[in-house]
Amino acid sequence: MSSRRSRSRQSGGSRITDDQINDLVSKLQQLLPEIRDRRSDKVSAAKVLQETCNYIRSLHREVDDLSERLSELLSTTDTAQAAIIRSLLMQ
Amino acid sequence: MNPKPLSSTSITSTIKSRFTQGFLRALKRINRQKPRTGTPPPSSSREICKRYLKVKVAADASMACAVGSRRAWSRAMLRKIRSQSTCVKVRRRTRFRMKKKESNEKEDGNPKAMELRKLVPGGEAMEICKLLDETAHYIKCLSTQVKVMRRIADFYSSN
Repeated sequence: MSSRRSRSRQSGGSRITDDQINDLVSKLQQLLPEIRDRRSDKVSAAKVLQETCNYIRSLHREVDDLSERLSELLSTTDTAQAAIIRSLLMQ
Repeated sequence: MNPKPLSSTSITSTIKSRFTQGFLRALKRINRQKPRTGTPPPSSSREICKRYLKVKVAADASMACAVGSRRAWSRAMLRKIRSQSTCVKVRRRTRFRMKKKESNEKEDGNPKAMELRKLVPGGEAMEICKLLDETAHYIKCLSTQVKVMRRIADFYSSN
């Protein structure tokens, strides 16, 4: 196992195979709601990368919006309720 | 002898609970800071704006802390947050590091990959396989972050 590991690390360090990249790109594709359900051979790597960028940008926007919403809510709410929320989220 | 690889679901659920706890603690801290004599009321727009930035940084810092130092992107994010809040000395050092990364970036000709490098924390310095792997993890964490923040906001606004 350890020898296999070091070999794969070696190849990762010096020479990157197409298989490695294809594998990572298809893993990435499965995380993207826009193109998740499409067959991986129908979607080019460039398309996956483009959709990845779009998705990250939309998530960043959502974090911004939610931070804004929370900062407004904080001025009117008592965060002593944190314990309740924690139990709510841990369910 | 190798440790069993954890399934991705259990990894994200641990990160999720750690993020939730850390972020709620940070929100409490932010809320506690407000009663200071002489400062404008907490509902003024300037105070809300200041708090917005604090909440945003807290969300990122809590996420990066929840992930820990195992990932290159979380290390880069924590480094960035720390350098912004500390002295100029650190900032100068980071700028130097950024320059090195830029030269690295030019070697990789793919414009799409370059776009991605700018979106993933620390992405400028990663080789392509590392970048793709870190991106997948970063996306999982970002969507967890959004889900948790939305639930907290919904809970606050319903009360």
